[in-house]
Amino acid sequence: MNASMNYLDGNAAGGELSRIFAVDITSAEGQCVNCGARRRFAEAHLYSDCPGLVARCALCGHVLLRLVTIEQRVFLDLRGMTYLTLDTTQPQQSSTQVSI
Amino acid sequence: MAGTAILGRVTWRTATVVGLHEETTTARTIILAVRDWPGHVAGQHVDVRLTAPDGYSAVRSYSIASAPSSDGRIEITVERLPNGEVSPYLTQEVMVGDELELRGPIGGWFVWRSDQTEPIQLLAGGSGIVPLMAMLRSRSSAASAAPFRLLYSVREPRAVFYHDELRALSNQGDSVVITYAYTRVTPKEWPRPAGRIDAELIAVGTWPSSLRPTSYVCGPTSFVEHATDLLIAAGHDREKVRTERFGATGERK
Repeated sequence: MNASMNYLDGNAAGGELSRIFAVDITSAEGQCVNCGARRRFAEAHLYSDCPGLVARCALCGHVLLRLVTIEQRVFLDLRGMTYLTLDTTQPQQSSTQVSI
Repeated sequence: MAGTAILGRVTWRTATVVGLHEETTTARTIILAVRDWPGHVAGQHVDVRLTAPDGYSAVRSYSIASAPSSDGRIEITVERLPNGEVSPYLTQEVMVGDELELRGPIGGWFVWRSDQTEPIQLLAGGSGIVPLMAMLRSRSSAASAAPFRLLYSVREPRAVFYHDELRALSNQGDSVVITYAYTRVTPKEWPRPAGRIDAELIAVGTWPSSLRPTSYVCGPTSFVEHATDLLIAAGHDREKVRTERFGATGERK
């Protein structure tokens, strides 16, 4: 199998991200620092065959997020996204923007 | 992956196996009763954690196969993988009464909600049928009239999951149109030779892009890439194509 086919969707990081965030980050829209593409985090390419999780922009391949758990400590690197916008429809119809 | 809650948000729950049945010679459906299950939406998945006596633990993601319900039960269907760490246990050893650790429901993007009324195109590669089956079941249980089509690419006839239920669905009045594509072995006198899905099959087996359907594509990464490329070549808007990849091996870590 081609190594380039060894990735998942950002969806698959939902469980690990739920340890950190109170809302579902996978359906949030984020902007890639490198190419400016705005996409749902669920649409990123997720590499899990490594020590931790690495999400890359589906368009340009730039690293969006790295998440590593070592014993009781979580390292989260969000350098690849300029922002995330979350649809908080669950409780009420509004949108929140989080600056990183 | 064994971890402690940060701000108390980890939601590992205890799930009890309350039923098992074989879908194929290599796949099994596990019915779980989950303590304090908050309910789910079709398309979501759960993480299952197994921990060995020496403390080693492994987490795998499995799509929920059942429609949302309020009875605190969910079903997952697990395909046994030759060198899998978790799937051999779940498909061969687990018994009714056993307990598993489970986290979820997870994911808010690859979901179908019963208030969606637009045409829906489902494309499944192998065990990628599982979350799409949850959508078909959710459509039925909500008595939704949303027009659904399913293109199901599968190795051979005996590898089809939910065979009888899919046949019943396609025979109903408000029918779901189902098209099968066999990649290795076809039934006798099948009009199309075994092979991957192609542009011709997309043309006859899926909604035209002019209807602006929402498409859900699920399966191994190579299948998802191929099917998504075909949909976009057929004029579908990338924004309307949602994907769930199982990776090269089919076992999501």
